[in-house]
Amino acid sequence: MRAIQYAAPTSVADAVALLQQFGSRARVLAGGTDLIVQMREYACEVDVVVDAKKIPDLSRIELSAEAGLTLGAAVPCYQIYGHAEISAAYPGLTDSASIIGGTAIQGRASIGGNLCNSGPAADSIPTLIAYGAVANIAGPGGLRQTPVEAFCTAPGRNVLQPGEILVSIHLPAQKARSGARYLRFIPRNEMDIAEVGVGAWVQLDAAGSHIEAARIGLGAVGPTPIFASAAGESLAGKAVGSEALAEASALAEAAASPITDMRGTAEHRRHLVGVLTRRALTGAIERARA
Amino acid sequence: MSQSLISGRAAVSATVNGEETSFLCEPRESLLEVLRDRLGLTGAKEGCNNGNCGACTVMMDGRLVNSCCVLGVEAEGSSVTTVEGLGSPAGLSPLQQAFLQGAALQCGICTPGFLVAAQALLEKNPNPTEHEIRFWLAGNLCRCTGYDKIVRSVQATAAQLRGEA
Ligand SMILES: Cc1cc2nc3c(=O)[nH]c(=O)nc-3n(C[C@H](O)[C@H](O)[C@H](O)COP(=O)(O)OP(=O)(O)OC[C@H]3O[C@@H](n4cnc5c(N)ncnc54)[C@H](O)[C@@H]3O)c2cc1C
Ligand code: FES
Ligand code: FES
Repeated sequence: MRAIQYAAPTSVADAVALLQQFGSRARVLAGGTDLIVQMREYACEVDVVVDAKKIPDLSRIELSAEAGLTLGAAVPCYQIYGHAEISAAYPGLTDSASIIGGTAIQGRASIGGNLCNSGPAADSIPTLIAYGAVANIAGPGGLRQTPVEAFCTAPGRNVLQPGEILVSIHLPAQKARSGARYLRFIPRNEMDIAEVGVGAWVQLDAAGSHIEAARIGLGAVGPTPIFASAAGESLAGKAVGSEALAEASALAEAAASPITDMRGTAEHRRHLVGVLTRRALTGAIERARA
Repeated sequence: MSQSLISGRAAVSATVNGEETSFLCEPRESLLEVLRDRLGLTGAKEGCNNGNCGACTVMMDGRLVNSCCVLGVEAEGSSVTTVEGLGSPAGLSPLQQAFLQGAALQCGICTPGFLVAAQALLEKNPNPTEHEIRFWLAGNLCRCTGYDKIVRSVQATAAQLRGEA
């Protein structure tokens, strides 16, 4: 790895000042499971590494029934699935956090890093889209918010401007009879990159028989994770059943624009989108009824 | 001085295998390089240097990490346990003993990582199922023995620690 400079600021303001000073030559370091590998293997032009883990706002977990979940951008996966209240309130997030890499990767890898790395196959992003999560961003101009479905712009690219840092991710409060599920298909049994990933969230009515609202996020079937809005909207007002799920799955397939690569063909990926959408919705509905 | 940039060598203090240690390192050095080249702890191995093989696995502040994906400077103030901290040549840990008895290694490159990872599992879960062991160790690769003997050695240690064997 080429020589770098390192700083571990203790406030968002100090981090922003450093990021602003060094512009595109600076990178935020969360768990480093993408960044350190990229600096070593692709010799990317990074001169200054700004470690985010000493900033309290980025390591904080705030959870309440009324306000929802505000997840510090640098919180590592193992803390998420080890947190009983998060697992109870946001099981879809736990689905994602527990399959990003193996145990030692999860000791460091953060959801914020997964989002900011902006890989098309990132396992947390379809889930965040399904939950309707919002990215809280700080920069020289102050704070701003972006819905996660609008965060990624191309493989490895996102809306963050030089000087900006992702502070936290907010997931809305969950009402009774809501549920979410993330599923991915990988060629191995564990520790592999998704050929397709699907996150689904549903809100059922009080009786648990009809769907009031649903959101679906797709991974690895386009240059960025995809918000399959038509698929989710098609479920509003429908009775829970195979007919409604089949229609939503077909719309999700239509929203995908997969390519063929070493993990699978475009055709297989599109097929998987349908299968996984059905299964993720079924899982989300089961959780909503539990 | 929270904004201070470290560019040359930094002095880092950490607790390594229970002992307070300080070392000098450059920001680009990984924790794995620091452990091996600066502290002489050559137990942790470099297999892939990119997070995939687990040969460099160590404990850092109570969780498993791939030390090739940690910067040495990040270890400031932390507590790190390597395979050298599990036992000594004269006093092997139950898990180390079980690996020997169960022939759970051939070349041994992967072994320090498996030992540290499996030890962390047993401390968390004294009665893991085979499925749980295999998932927990999915980030540790072995090219030689295959995984059955490793899994059986972990199971044998778990039984022993529970007083069943
Ligand atoms: C062996 C291995 C297996 C993996 N398996 C998976 C997998 O199954 N699924 C998956 O999705 N990913 C996987 N990954 C990729 C990686 O672990 C994840 O993307 C992880 O969530 C990244 O988080 P991190 O905290 O390590 O990010 P880092 O590496 O610290 O950062 C990633 C990127 O985001 C930027 N960044 C980080 N935090 C911020 C912030 N707060 N503000 C602005 N920019 C920021 C960094 O500058 C960098 O560009 C794997 C990686 C390895 C090495
Ligand atoms: S050397 Fe660190 S994971 Fe392979
Ligand atoms: S014993 Fe040789 S790699 Fe595992």
